[in-house]
Amino acid sequence: MRRLRHWGPGLLLLSPSLILLAVFVYGLIAWTTKLSVSDQHDALGSKGFVGLKNYQNLFTNDIQDRFTHSLKNLLIFTVVFLVGTMFFGLLWAFLLERGVRAEGFFRTVYLFPMAVSFVASGVVWRWLMNPVEGDGAGGINGLFAAMHLDFLQNKWWTNPNWGMAAMAMPAIWQLSGYVMALFLAGFRGIPAELKEAAAVDGASTYRLYRNVIFPQLTPVALSALIIIGHMSMKMFDLIMSVSGPQWLTEVPAVYVWQTLLTSDYAKAAAISIVLLVLVALVIVPYLIYTNRAEKNS
Amino acid sequence: MTTVAAPPAAVESLAPRRKTRRPFGPGSIVKYALAILFLLIVLMPLYVLIVTSFKSGGDIGVTSQWNLPDHWTTASWVKAWSSLRDSFFRTFQLAIPVALISSVIGAANGFVLSRWRFPGADVVFTLILFGMFIPYQAVMIPLREIVTTIGIAPGIPTLVFVHCIYGIPICTLIFRNYYATTVPEELVEAARVDGAGLLRTFGWIILPISIPGFVVTIIWQFTSAWNDYLFAIFLSNTRNGPITIALNALAGAQSPDYAASMAGALITSLPTLIVYVLLGRWFIGGLMAGSVKS
Repeated sequence: MRRLRHWGPGLLLLSPSLILLAVFVYGLIAWTTKLSVSDQHDALGSKGFVGLKNYQNLFTNDIQDRFTHSLKNLLIFTVVFLVGTMFFGLLWAFLLERGVRAEGFFRTVYLFPMAVSFVASGVVWRWLMNPVEGDGAGGINGLFAAMHLDFLQNKWWTNPNWGMAAMAMPAIWQLSGYVMALFLAGFRGIPAELKEAAAVDGASTYRLYRNVIFPQLTPVALSALIIIGHMSMKMFDLIMSVSGPQWLTEVPAVYVWQTLLTSDYAKAAAISIVLLVLVALVIVPYLIYTNRAEKNS
Repeated sequence: MTTVAAPPAAVESLAPRRKTRRPFGPGSIVKYALAILFLLIVLMPLYVLIVTSFKSGGDIGVTSQWNLPDHWTTASWVKAWSSLRDSFFRTFQLAIPVALISSVIGAANGFVLSRWRFPGADVVFTLILFGMFIPYQAVMIPLREIVTTIGIAPGIPTLVFVHCIYGIPICTLIFRNYYATTVPEELVEAARVDGAGLLRTFGWIILPISIPGFVVTIIWQFTSAWNDYLFAIFLSNTRNGPITIALNALAGAQSPDYAASMAGALITSLPTLIVYVLLGRWFIGGLMAGSVKS
C-alpha cells in the first residue's frame, strides 16, 4: 500500500503514454506479424494461417528475385552512406576542432541540410544527378564537362550495378553535418587534463590524436554508426523523391509501399517485419548497451 | 521563484572550451582551404535551387544551367505557390499542434522517469525508446485500418494523432535527459517536504523551469512533422495532406518543370530553414538527444 502511494502518482501520469505505445507500437507490430503469416493477398482474401510461407517466398520464390535485389540495393546504399557520413563527419569535426575562425558559421552551414526534408532535397539532387553524358550533359555531369573533367561523368543512380552508391550521395550531403555534430561533442567532451598530460609526456600531435583522442571517440563513433545505419535501413523518402519507385533503386521500405498498392497485405507485412528485424538487430543491443553504460556512470 | 534554467548540456558541449590562437602557418592554409571547399560543396545544391527557381523556361537549357539567370523572374515562384499554398497552410495546422501536444506529454513522462525510479523503470524506458527506431512500415498496415475504425477525420487530424503518438519516445527522452541534468534533486525534495504531490510539483515547480526543454522538443517535433513524408503518403493525399505530398506531386510529374519544382522545394523548406537559422542551437539539442546518450 505504501509502495502504491509512492509510485502510484508517477505511474498514473505515465500510463496514458504507456498504453498508447503498447497499442500503437507493440500491438500493431503483433498485428502486422499476424498478417505476415496469413494468406491475405488481396483486399478481400481469407485470413488463413500459412506459417512462414510468405517469408520463404520472399527469399526463394519472388519474381526476378525482387526482394533479394532490394536487399542488395540496401546493402550498397548503406555501406556508401555509412562510409561517407563517417568520413566527412569526422573530417569536418576535426577541422573545426583544430580551431577555425567563425567556427559557428561553418558549423551552421555544414549542418543546415538536416533542416531540409528528403523530399525537398530530392528535387535538386534529381537535377544534379542528371544521367545524360556527353554533349547534352546536365547537372553535375555538366559541371564536369565545363571543368574538362568529362571522364568523371557517369550515369549516377541509373547505373544498374552501382547506382545505389550514387543514391547515397544526397543522404551523405544531408547527414554528414549530424555526424560532425556528434564527433564535435565527442572531441569537446574529452577532459582537458588528458590532453595536457599527453603534452607533458612530450607526445607529438600525431601521437596525441592517435593514442589519446581518437580512442576516446569510440563510443561516439558507435552511436553515429548505429543512428545512421538504422536510418539507412529505413530509407524511403529520398528514393521516392529522387527516382520514384522503380526496380533500379528499390529498397525494402519502398517495396512495402509498392506491394500495398497491389493490396497484397500479407506480403507487404512480411517485408515490413523483415525490415523491423534488421533494424532491431542493430538497435536493441545498442539500447541495452547505453542503458548499462548509463547505470555504470 | 527565479530560477535561471540552464540549456540542455548537449548544446553547451558543442561550443569550444576555450579559444586558442595558433600561428597562421601552412597547416592553417590547408585547414581553411578544406573548410571553405566543403562549405561550397554543401551550399552547392542550395545555389542550384535558388538560381533555377528564378529562371524562365528558355533559360533552363543545359549549357547555361549553372549560370545565374539571364532574366530574373518570379513566374515559377508564383506557379509553385499556387499549387502548394493550400497544403502549406495545412502543414502549419499539422506541425504546430503536434509540436505542442507531444512536448507536454514528453515533459510529463520525462519528469516521472527522471525522478521516480520505480521498479522496472529502466526496462520501461527502453521499451519506450524502441518505439522511435522502428521502421513505421511495420505498423502502417493496421494503423491505416485502426484510424479509420476509431473514426478520426482523414488527412491532417489523423496525421496529428499519429505524429503525437510516435513522437512520445523522442520527447520523453529529451525531457528525461533535461530533467536528469538540470533540475536539482533538492528542488523536488523540498517540494515534497512542503507536502506538494507529484502533479503539483510538476505543474508549479518543474514546468516553469522547463522552457529550454520545451524549445528543443517543439522545434524537433515541428521539423519532423513538417518534413514527414512516410506517414503522409500512407495516411493522406494531395487534397488533404501536408506539403511534402503536394511538392512530390508538383516535382514528380512526367516532364518536371524544374524551375517550379525548385521554387516549390524552397517554399517547402523555408519554415524549417528559418527555424534552424534563428534557433539553431536548440535544434542541435534535439539532434544530439536522438543519439540517446547526451
